[in-house]
Amino acid sequence: MPTPELILAAAAAPPAESGSLLSYLPLAFVFVLATFVGLDVIRHVSRLLHTPLMSLTNAISAVVIVGAILVAGPEPGGDHPLWISVLGYAAIAAASVNIVSGFLITQRMLKMFKSREPEAKR
Amino acid sequence: MSPEARELLVQAGYLGATVLFIFSLKWMNSPKSAPRGVWAGVAAMALGVGGTLLHPAVAVSSLPWIALAVMAGGLIGVPLSRVPLTAVPQRTALSHAFGGLAAALVGTAKYYLWLQEGGAMLTPFRTGAIAAEVLLGGLTFTGSLMAAGKLQEIIPTRPITYRGQLLVNFLLLAGALACAAGLILDPSRHYLFPILIVLALLFGILLILPIGGADMPTVIALLNSYAGLSAVAMGFVLDNKLLITAGALDGSSGLILSIIMCRAMNRSFTNVLFGAFGSVQAAAGGEARPVKSATPADAAELMEQASTVVIVPGYGMAVAQAQHRVRELYDQLAKRGISVKFAIHPVAGRMPGHMNVLLAEADIPYDDLVEMEEINAEMAQVDVVLVLGANDVVNPAAKTNPKSPIYGMPIIEADRARTVLAVKRSMNPGFAGIENELYTLDKTLMVFGDAKAVVGEMAKALSGGSALH
Repeated sequence: MPTPELILAAAAAPPAESGSLLSYLPLAFVFVLATFVGLDVIRHVSRLLHTPLMSLTNAISAVVIVGAILVAGPEPGGDHPLWISVLGYAAIAAASVNIVSGFLITQRMLKMFKSREPEAKR
Repeated sequence: MSPEARELLVQAGYLGATVLFIFSLKWMNSPKSAPRGVWAGVAAMALGVGGTLLHPAVAVSSLPWIALAVMAGGLIGVPLSRVPLTAVPQRTALSHAFGGLAAALVGTAKYYLWLQEGGAMLTPFRTGAIAAEVLLGGLTFTGSLMAAGKLQEIIPTRPITYRGQLLVNFLLLAGALACAAGLILDPSRHYLFPILIVLALLFGILLILPIGGADMPTVIALLNSYAGLSAVAMGFVLDNKLLITAGALDGSSGLILSIIMCRAMNRSFTNVLFGAFGSVQAAAGGEARPVKSATPADAAELMEQASTVVIVPGYGMAVAQAQHRVRELYDQLAKRGISVKFAIHPVAGRMPGHMNVLLAEADIPYDDLVEMEEINAEMAQVDVVLVLGANDVVNPAAKTNPKSPIYGMPIIEADRARTVLAVKRSMNPGFAGIENELYTLDKTLMVFGDAKAVVGEMAKALSGGSALH
């Protein structure tokens, strides 16, 4: 049984030179399971909402901002040249476009979908 | 805080974000819970970003710059969220382009970072993941820009084809894969990396070039999927589970939408990507069959006597900006106790679900937006079908003529209703250039003119001529 410390260490530092495919197996499991969850959840999305669904997934896929922050984050100098950070900052900006516009436009579109019921009250 | 505690916090944030992302998509299953889905998504993103900022690798001195980059993106993002709804497809394509760009940039940065650290981190698997990330990100970037250009009609929407196109595309992809293989075998061959990027960018452009406007819904969905997969690849590169889960959710969403689109057109992925559908030209010059035409006032009278009216909207309705006139017509008919429903074909519009959003904007209650399968079951009892800017999706040739290019495509069976009213500018064949025999049926009356003007006149005739405007 791996101790909690070992699990933490594995999560913090990716296996550097071991390079064994085995160390990537947990990630592959996560990918497979997430895909199946995704397929099942998306299959139940109302057809009415496929356009808002796309703008919502636009925003969700902008989660790549996490990777961009990790690239831009370390203090430049030495092992981490400035131009690498600049690429990271550009990626942050690109992902932010999607986060902001994706969530805003999804909300804007969803507000337009009205049922007949509230209308009767009017 | 000890590094372990920090790492634990980061991972806990990622776990929470994953749960919320799943709920966000789950709540999209009905318009009632969907607004909650957006908030779940926002909360998930906040957890993911907040967690990452706690990561030991992120220096405090970088935080202001990160905030600045986020604000710069927000400045572009806000106007992008306020485009007219007819322009939502190109906005979506543009947004896929930004997603692809971000993934490609991060992949590139990681490769060069690890290369100059001595290459110990560049294991074959990680190099392969970087290559996949850059390839998918790069082709999504240029391909989506092309799709956005076509949808905005900056680039000709007709398919652009040339001899040997398939071969060129194949060679580009094979070249990119060869570069990737070369890098995996020996990551220090850094000269291969720029070539890989250029090939990926070129492949994206040339892949979308031959695709016509009618296929855009499928292409956008497919690019959505690629953007998700590039995030997954980034997750493998950075050993980050949140990127993998969120990317997989996005990728499966794009996949399902493209499958729905392909089925709705009775075509395969390969056929959409390599078929240049819009270039199919129907044999012109068949004998012109007589059609019966009616004035908008006649048509209004027919609808007034009906007890059920089904409206089949197409992209033509949106282009003519007729949604609000349609709403007036809907009100007039509903006031008389006539049941009015909208039959929505899955590929109507320029992206999945586009027509629903356009009608919702015109305040049509979503209870009256009905899917194709549902309406076809009741079609024989429908008194009047009003075809508004739709064409191929009501063409009976899809069921009856095996020689037709759209044979086998599921259609809204307007021809089974008692009376058909078709609003059209002229008798020109539609998008795909295919003749539509629905217009020459005995039960069909053509109402010629601009959709907005015609529907406006219909509504006016029903309101007793009392000028509303």
